[in-house]
Amino acid sequence: MSATLIGQSLLSGLMSGCLYALLGLGLTLTWKYLRIINLAHFALIFLAAYLTYEMSTRGWHPFLSALLLLPVFFMLGAAQQVLMSRYKVDEFASVIVTFGVTIIIESLIQYVWSADFIRVEKRLARGSLELGPWLAPWDQLIMCGFSIIACLLVWVVLKHTWHGKALRAQLDNPSIAAAFGVPNRKLSLALAGMGSAFAALGGVFIALLFTLTPSQIYSWFGVILATVLLGGLGSTFGALAAGMVIGVGESLTMALTAPAWAPIVPFTLLILILILWPERL
Amino acid sequence: MAARTRSNSAGRATPLLALGACALALLPLFHPPLFFESFLYLIFFWITLATSWTILGGFSGYVSFGHGAFYGIGVYAMANLGKPLTFGPALLLAGLLAAATGVAIGAVTFRIRRLRGELFALLTLSLAIIISTIVLNTPIDGGPGVMVNIAIPHVYEQQSSTLYLIGLCVAFGSIMVARAVQLGTLGRGLFAISDDEDVAEILGVPTFAYKLIAIGISSFLAGVMGGVHAIFVSYVTVGETFSISVPLYVLLMSILGGARHWLGPALGAIVITTISYSFVGGDSALIARAAIGLTLIVATIFLPQGIIGLLLRARITAPELPAPHASFAAAPKTPPYEPTDGPLLEAREITMSFRGLRALDGVSLTINKGEILGLVGPNGSGKSTLINVVTGFYKPTGGVLLHCGHDITGMSGHERARLGLARTFQIPRPFARQTVLDNIMVPALFGARHESRGDARDRAMEAIEFVGLQDRCDALPDELNLHQRKFLELARVLASGSRLVMLDEVLAGLTPREISEAIEMVRKIHACGTTILFVEHNMRAVLELSDRLIVLNQGHLVANGNPREVIADPVVVAAYLGADHAEN
Repeated sequence: MSATLIGQSLLSGLMSGCLYALLGLGLTLTWKYLRIINLAHFALIFLAAYLTYEMSTRGWHPFLSALLLLPVFFMLGAAQQVLMSRYKVDEFASVIVTFGVTIIIESLIQYVWSADFIRVEKRLARGSLELGPWLAPWDQLIMCGFSIIACLLVWVVLKHTWHGKALRAQLDNPSIAAAFGVPNRKLSLALAGMGSAFAALGGVFIALLFTLTPSQIYSWFGVILATVLLGGLGSTFGALAAGMVIGVGESLTMALTAPAWAPIVPFTLLILILILWPERL
Repeated sequence: MAARTRSNSAGRATPLLALGACALALLPLFHPPLFFESFLYLIFFWITLATSWTILGGFSGYVSFGHGAFYGIGVYAMANLGKPLTFGPALLLAGLLAAATGVAIGAVTFRIRRLRGELFALLTLSLAIIISTIVLNTPIDGGPGVMVNIAIPHVYEQQSSTLYLIGLCVAFGSIMVARAVQLGTLGRGLFAISDDEDVAEILGVPTFAYKLIAIGISSFLAGVMGGVHAIFVSYVTVGETFSISVPLYVLLMSILGGARHWLGPALGAIVITTISYSFVGGDSALIARAAIGLTLIVATIFLPQGIIGLLLRARITAPELPAPHASFAAAPKTPPYEPTDGPLLEAREITMSFRGLRALDGVSLTINKGEILGLVGPNGSGKSTLINVVTGFYKPTGGVLLHCGHDITGMSGHERARLGLARTFQIPRPFARQTVLDNIMVPALFGARHESRGDARDRAMEAIEFVGLQDRCDALPDELNLHQRKFLELARVLASGSRLVMLDEVLAGLTPREISEAIEMVRKIHACGTTILFVEHNMRAVLELSDRLIVLNQGHLVANGNPREVIADPVVVAAYLGADHAEN
């Protein structure tokens, strides 16, 4: 086992971690502040990825698609939240209902784009940054940049703005928060919209970095949920850190054993944490 | 609704079901078309998976996305062990391996009080991924899939007919197991867990053990069905076995059919299997899939009780009132005290800290047999925390708790309930989806007396009559007013037959007239030989009722003695009104 290989594994693990955090960001926020476990988040990520692909075949730059997708998905997320609160779907039922939404979106994707593998030809950037013997592909670095900026932004909004404080107050006690003038409903819709917008952003990068097929929606469930839970619900930097721990764990496992063993890493970590520090979660 | 009608739904269905199963078992004698047998086999397959899922997911409310994992363990156990062990033992082992995995994952997740349901759902989802990875990367499968060629017992000429028969037996067996669980004590406990787990524990339900038993039964049945299915498909692959669609369909069938009833999942399984069998191939399969997604949403929102809920509601027009109790019992009797001297309960130097905040700081007190001990103190003084420590909801950070001289500090909540410690909640916490009678059945079954089921019903009725709710036996808690819900709380502690009852602000929120009624009720409960810890802000009631009064302030016990002397104590006045008043 050479130092080069280990170093490269660490580097790519850290970059995967950024992606996990980006994909988990919306999920962790709606889970913590709206008590909605939004499995449809994963379907929205892939819907955005497929739309990015569709637009790229018409010559759209991925950033241009992102500019269009973000507001559209914001509306989608807010609309879903309108229905969720209209029918008073609780945390538990939300898992099942959003799972239903996921299946519908998956069927839709398969209907429009078929189950074949597709790939966006357009790259954000070619080549890699060379750090001594180690390589960091530019397009992944750009993704990392977006992920870290998104986490930072959310953190600033939650901690230091009136809206962030209002959200946290609403979580503690909605009716008292409302009595003090917190517009619960507007905030919830905005937050749900933001969550979906992050799904769209994540989807753009999924389209740029991976080959797409509809059933992959489900293969992301495990690792992203593990990231969100390990990081602590609602914690952006927690998600970032947890994503990196999982990513590095996976890439080291791949380097040291066989790539097929990698899926085990996040769940083993999750279960270990449950056994060792049950109060951590 | 399912809970409201559960007592009268079990009667005629079972013999009909058994008759139907017998008829189906003879079907191969008439040589039906081959596809018909395999279609019915698939229905049995899904009935078993959905029904076994519901024993945990539907009854206790712990939704599992990992049912595919338990079933998959069964599939691969048969594929690998069927040859060396022969069919029967391999099938048993398939079930046991699945059950062991289920219990192990339950033991890890069920320990944590705060994040139960969601976390369990996600961990079970992960379990399927872990197990499929292990199977894929080890000689258990290794990648290409496994041929299953195992001799099964010879009943009918065709092996497929025999397999059909085995599927029928497993499905019928699962339904009967689910029925036995639901109608038995285990089911009472699981339904209580799904409505309010903390309350269930305090009323004496061994929640942790019950959840483990439920997941054990549930995964065992799934494993057995997996073992049978390995032979049916004859060539097993990781992709097919651990596909996400297995837990998905199981969940959908249970919810659609009615997850809180033993027969619900079977109905759901029949409906969904028939629908998806009618749409095979190409776009229609895709449409069926989308339709399943839509059904999942609509059923969750508009049909929380499932198809079975609709059927039962149609059948029962007028709520059936339980027969009035033959002889009005003057009072439920309390079990005799152990012949020990000394106080009933003694707390020594109890400390309870929440991250540095000391809610209780070295509180020592005794509660003597037969007394009414008043406990007052300003808001936030630690009264409710004290009750929570005594009932075992909180584990104290320091100090010792003695019951009749025995150390109970490390005892779990349900064990304390069985010793005879009970409480009411300031804001009533009834089991929301169970009728008044069913609510009271829980402490009668699990409380200090843990009666047999028939006796528990009598005891519950006595308690209900005692508090005057006999006309509302079949009402759901939502249909009661606050005053009645408070009395429901009282009926609960009465039915449990507890010796020490802690009443947490039973008078809060009641009108003056209702307060007088409630005070009278407390007197009556005390007259039955019950020791009472009476926590209250209403001073008139405290002075009227208490034999002795203790005062908590900021986690310290500041006074203890004759009620009238205690409230004149300057320390107590200062605690309530500030130091200025105490000086005057």
